[in-house]
Amino acid sequence: MLTIENLHANVGDKEILRGINLQVNPGEVHAIMGPNGSGKSTMSNVLVGHPGYTVTEGKVTFLGRDLLSLPAENRSHMGMFLSFQYPVEIPGVSMTNFMRTAINEKRKFLGQEPLSPSDFLKMVKAKRDLVKLDAKFMNRAVNEGFSGGEKKRNEIFQMAMLEQKLSILDETDSGLDIDALRIVAEGVNKLKTPETSVIVITHYQRLLDYIKPDIVHVLYHGRIIKTAGPELALELEERGYDWLIKEYEDSEK
Amino acid sequence: MQTEKIYTDLFVQNRQMVDDGSCQVLNSQRQQALEALEQYGLPVHQEEYLHTDVSQWFQPDWGLNIQRHKIQADSVRIQHGTLPEGVVVETLEKASAQNPALVEKYYNRLADMKRPGIAAINAMFCQDGVFIYVPKNTVVEQPVQLVSLLQSPVSMMVNRRILVVLEQGASLSLVMTDHSGAQNPMLATQVTEVFVGAGATLRLYEMEETGVQNLRAAETFVLQQADSNVQMGCFTLTNGKTRNSTFVTLAEPGANLQLDGAVVTDRNQHVDNFTSVDHKAGNCTSSELYKYVLDDESTGNFYGKVLVRPDSQHTASAQTNRNICVSKKARMWTQPQLEIYADDVKCSHGATVGQLDEQALFYMRQRGIPYVEARMLLMQAFLNEVTDRVQVELLRERLHLLVEKRLRGELNQCQNCGACK
Ligand SMILES: Nc1ncnc2c1ncn2[C@@H]1O[C@H](COP(=O)(O)OP(=O)(O)OP(=O)(O)O)[C@@H](O)[C@H]1O
Ligand SMILES: [Mg+2]
Repeated sequence: MLTIENLHANVGDKEILRGINLQVNPGEVHAIMGPNGSGKSTMSNVLVGHPGYTVTEGKVTFLGRDLLSLPAENRSHMGMFLSFQYPVEIPGVSMTNFMRTAINEKRKFLGQEPLSPSDFLKMVKAKRDLVKLDAKFMNRAVNEGFSGGEKKRNEIFQMAMLEQKLSILDETDSGLDIDALRIVAEGVNKLKTPETSVIVITHYQRLLDYIKPDIVHVLYHGRIIKTAGPELALELEERGYDWLIKEYEDSEK
Repeated sequence: MQTEKIYTDLFVQNRQMVDDGSCQVLNSQRQQALEALEQYGLPVHQEEYLHTDVSQWFQPDWGLNIQRHKIQADSVRIQHGTLPEGVVVETLEKASAQNPALVEKYYNRLADMKRPGIAAINAMFCQDGVFIYVPKNTVVEQPVQLVSLLQSPVSMMVNRRILVVLEQGASLSLVMTDHSGAQNPMLATQVTEVFVGAGATLRLYEMEETGVQNLRAAETFVLQQADSNVQMGCFTLTNGKTRNSTFVTLAEPGANLQLDGAVVTDRNQHVDNFTSVDHKAGNCTSSELYKYVLDDESTGNFYGKVLVRPDSQHTASAQTNRNICVSKKARMWTQPQLEIYADDVKCSHGATVGQLDEQALFYMRQRGIPYVEARMLLMQAFLNEVTDRVQVELLRERLHLLVEKRLRGELNQCQNCGACK
């Protein structure tokens, strides 16, 4: 599904990703953890083609294609999704209009006819139910006046609508109350198929209790310094990052 | 006064011909207009006209266009519907033949010729125009649309004149659309005078869809009496160079004004909206919202003057001008100008010039909406805040569509409105 080889990326002159290697196969759930500022969101942004970051080295292959040569919209059309850590408000653009445009653009890319209005509405209803997103949000401007938790729920709703292949969830759990966390996580699990993959970025085990990762990585200072099974997350919850960072720094010497 | 002389000479030489093709009420104002033009002149390229050199527009000698088409307006044979009893939608010429006292009472009373502007030259040369009158407590349900269509293989200057009178308690929605099919330069001056009686309601919308060679200098003068409500919306979708000056006087307590505008420009178009709101009485409100989207090398100007006189207590006034320059070369000037001499008032103003929200653009692209489409959606959303305020539903929908087409660059083609057929 996704292969990242020696990925380096800058913001301006500052190097933030310093050689990332990662392989995600279809059906897998990967968790990426790591201290604040280690580069998790940067990695997500680079993968989905944020113009604010410059890739200086490395290669990324997504579904057999050279990902880095594609504009952001085409990466999305191919099936890549990012649930933003901070979803953006778009005043004046209604959720319905936004979603219809997004879906039909993807269909256009795939050589499909636009969705009929009634099919679109049916789909909206089904996917809203999945994350228990109230109908009233569809008439509002995108994320405008949504609470923190509602914004996150809305991200997963969009992920469901677009039926994406690889979804990166950047701290989707932050801002969600206990019930919402469960609902959103269950939504993600229901969307999961043997052909789709998920990268979950989180600071806490509680999300991983619901969305069970196959592999856990720790990102630190722009590199993945540790990769292990789900038990790593539990250990981190208990011991924090210091011991890992120390181990890494010793090995770098 | 070089430029003015072209026209004062032209007028003196052709006065008889101008008079002959017009009517007494209009002719009665020409001498005064001539003197005003001689004294105050056309706008000079400074202060209120700093960013729009209107006097330059008059520098080529446009000559006189005497052989003009007759204006078609007829209260009896109005298209698509009937007007309530007593409502007049006529040419100034016919209306003044039928009821000279009525037209005379209002014609050229509000237009201020005693300042550098176009009111004087317009009154000097205009030979006819449109007169709309709504009697006391009469409600005109259907919106009235006035279509100006410029079409001529020869470049020329036209001087348009509109007079609108709403008596006490009357209500009217008026839509004025300005079109041009001309491929060659055209200069249009337009003076609109609007009297809004006590408790009357007027919705006045103007939409310009002319061409890159079109020059438009419009002055609108509005007088509001007690408890009257006026909503104005001015939309410039395609044009060449445009200057719209709007002067509203809130003459008596309880008058409310909403004054809006939306502008889309590209290439080297230029749009200048000058607004002046005079809170002459207390307990009045005014609210202004103007938005511009400028692309390519186009330029825009907004000048918003609000005057609150010493005795105009309990005035509430809000003015907002927001602009987006989507290209690096587009330029926007904005100048709020508040003069407040009363102390118990609520007045606010705000002006911004910015770019499209990069974060929002990226968010949309992540969801698969291509850059160009995402930009379009953002610009449309930005302008919809103004078009959404239009209270004539059909026009509001039409504007949404036209704004979208305009932003997609599809408005230069014929819209099959049929107006020129
Ligand atoms: N646009 C930017 N401009 C300047 N610095 C940036 C930018 N984006 C990221 N950085 C810097 O890069 C580093 C990594 O940031 P990033 O947001 O990727 O961290 P993170 O691992 O997601 O942290 P958190 O857990 O707090 O979300 C930080 O030092 C951050 O300040
Ligand atoms: Mg982050």
